[in-house]
Amino acid sequence: MKLIFALFTGLVFGVGIAISGMMNPAKVFNFFDIAGTWDPSLAFVMGGAVILTLIGYRLVWRRNAPLFESRFQIPISSAIDARLVAGSAIFGIGWGIAGFCPGAAIPALGTGRWEVVLFLAAVTAGFYARRLVASSQPTTKAA
Amino acid sequence: METMFTPFASFGGGLLIGLGAVLLMLGLGRILGATGIMSGLVFADSRDEFSWRAAMVVGMILAPGLIFLVTGAMPELSVPVSPWMIVIGGVIVGFGASLGSGCTSGHGVCGLSRLSVRSIVAVPTFMFTAAITVYLIRHVFGA
Repeated sequence: MKLIFALFTGLVFGVGIAISGMMNPAKVFNFFDIAGTWDPSLAFVMGGAVILTLIGYRLVWRRNAPLFESRFQIPISSAIDARLVAGSAIFGIGWGIAGFCPGAAIPALGTGRWEVVLFLAAVTAGFYARRLVASSQPTTKAA
Repeated sequence: METMFTPFASFGGGLLIGLGAVLLMLGLGRILGATGIMSGLVFADSRDEFSWRAAMVVGMILAPGLIFLVTGAMPELSVPVSPWMIVIGGVIVGFGASLGSGCTSGHGVCGLSRLSVRSIVAVPTFMFTAAITVYLIRHVFGA
């Protein structure tokens, strides 16, 4: 039951990604290209998603526990460290080069396009690269 | 390459993305972060860690097919960059998102909705570097 629920959750998220335009790199580039062929659509994606999640999370957290687990697992760290800032800055550069982010590319696999497979293989290589160079440092190191 | 301004589809898609995030919190008590889901699959150290993420990914991948069944067309996806840019961008995305502990879905949607201080730093950081990257590639190097 838990896995069917997880699958349904992924389907809802994926349909949202597809309808929103997030899985279309041309649209992602144009969102950032304010000096050129600007298309502000993706601001509406973030707006819609954050409004619903902001309210929905608070309703869900009135419960003592989720439906299929014994507790909520929410990150508690509030450390603004070098890893967070550098990692986010690096992620943005990659997003600006390729036009895909992981949350858009996973559902985009369902279109069967080879570019998406190539991108996700490269992302996986990036995960391994991160493990090689930065796995031994503490995660809470101050910036 | 111009894209159409789609505020309603993007906002509606955003609501569904948010609904997916809220459902995952309700069912499994987890943050919906695509980077965490993907790296959790790649580096899973238990069957339990693997299975719900795999189920979610299957749901996500089914989304374009569902849209095809309902509307008769696959979601729009045009990639205006070379395969090399996809590979280089993908590696950088994987490296940065795992170092920074999140991407557009984890920090952007879920983190902002939780009012997480880390995400409030991460999101403007990656939006800024993505915009600078697109500007440099399109208007300085003229690709």
